[in-house]
Amino acid sequence: MDIHHKRRLLLAGAAAGGLAVATRLVLAQTPERVIKIVAKKFDFTPGEIRLKKNQPVTLEFTTLDVVMGFNLPDFAIRTDILPGATSRLRFTPDKSGEFPFHCDVFCGSGHESMTGTVIVT
Amino acid sequence: MKQAHAGAQAISRRSFLRLAGLGGAIYVSGLSGWSSAAALPGGANEDFFFIQLSDTHWGFEGAPNPDAHGTLQKAVAAVNSLEQVPDFIVFTGDLTHTTDDPQERRQRLREFKDIAAGLKVKNVHFMPGEHDASLDHGEAYQEFFGKTHYSFAHKGVNFIVIDNVSDPTGAIGETQLAWLADELRQLPPQARIVVFTHRPLFDLYPQWDWATRDGAKAVELLQAHANVTVFYGHIHQEHHHMTGHIAHHAAKSLIFPLPAPGSQPKRTPLPWDDAYPYRGLGYRQVAAEAAKPMDYQLTELPVLKG
Repeated sequence: MDIHHKRRLLLAGAAAGGLAVATRLVLAQTPERVIKIVAKKFDFTPGEIRLKKNQPVTLEFTTLDVVMGFNLPDFAIRTDILPGATSRLRFTPDKSGEFPFHCDVFCGSGHESMTGTVIVT
Repeated sequence: MKQAHAGAQAISRRSFLRLAGLGGAIYVSGLSGWSSAAALPGGANEDFFFIQLSDTHWGFEGAPNPDAHGTLQKAVAAVNSLEQVPDFIVFTGDLTHTTDDPQERRQRLREFKDIAAGLKVKNVHFMPGEHDASLDHGEAYQEFFGKTHYSFAHKGVNFIVIDNVSDPTGAIGETQLAWLADELRQLPPQARIVVFTHRPLFDLYPQWDWATRDGAKAVELLQAHANVTVFYGHIHQEHHHMTGHIAHHAAKSLIFPLPAPGSQPKRTPLPWDDAYPYRGLGYRQVAAEAAKPMDYQLTELPVLKG
């Protein structure tokens, strides 16, 4: 084995070692959750959103028909949901429990039943 | 009824009937600050009473009220049968139940107006609820009833109607808030002010959308005046709340009662009780004793009129 070949092996070993470290780092960082929520008269799907306390999450909203609103008063967050656009809310739940959310832009007869629950454990 | 407390002297002269959904018969002598305002120079104390009717939801059909086509007429007949004629009547919104069809919306508004025309008292004030006005920003409502926010005076009391429903987000809006500020600037600090709104101006239970997005701005403007009382609808039940010195009173509905804030997972109507028809919608009689002005006995009576 000549010197050049040893050097290539060393470099390859070093590169492999570096890749292993990088992989461990990536695995250690859980990718942030993105939950897609679809609104339509008079329903949110999913109507039950399960989250982990102190873990950041991004809620991503679209509507299939008219302008809607998503309001989660217990965490003081809300957004409009406009047809043809995606609305995003990023937050970190800092308390556990069951928290109601609702549509807060009047969207027709049945608007009052357009509700759901965020469950934080 | 809380607005009767300060008017114990007036109320003790007689008991009075309340229609649930009405918010009831309201003697102005019982309103917050009436006595102190009346004691000021030039502060005449001419007692009168008015009726608040609310949340008739004309056009609604469903199990929570199998007499949805008859309850409003019963209320009209009941008000017409009162021995003491009210000075005026105010409807605090949700005159009709929502429909997506603009023509059907107009038909319901027309039918509601025809039935309300049966009231013997012709001094009647209207305002929209979100079911009437939110889908078209009050367009159809205004064709039948005119402006959605306005003011009027009656026997020395200043009445202000605030529209917090024509904006589908449940906001009053900066334009109307500027109008309110201008209205209030013209009134002395001790003026007697009664505000009518559909949605509560304060955060009663935002989890069920029982709030007004910018209601705090209206309350802040009103706080500068010593004698303010707010009557509202929307929540279909009796409720009383203070923001500082301002008293807020909710009216029951004439279509179905709703649950107490947060008392159940969803704000679904309370079911009709065959054993007690019109529970939460019938008459209420409020009796006050002069010796115990803060002690009221409320008895709900079955609907008999109509």
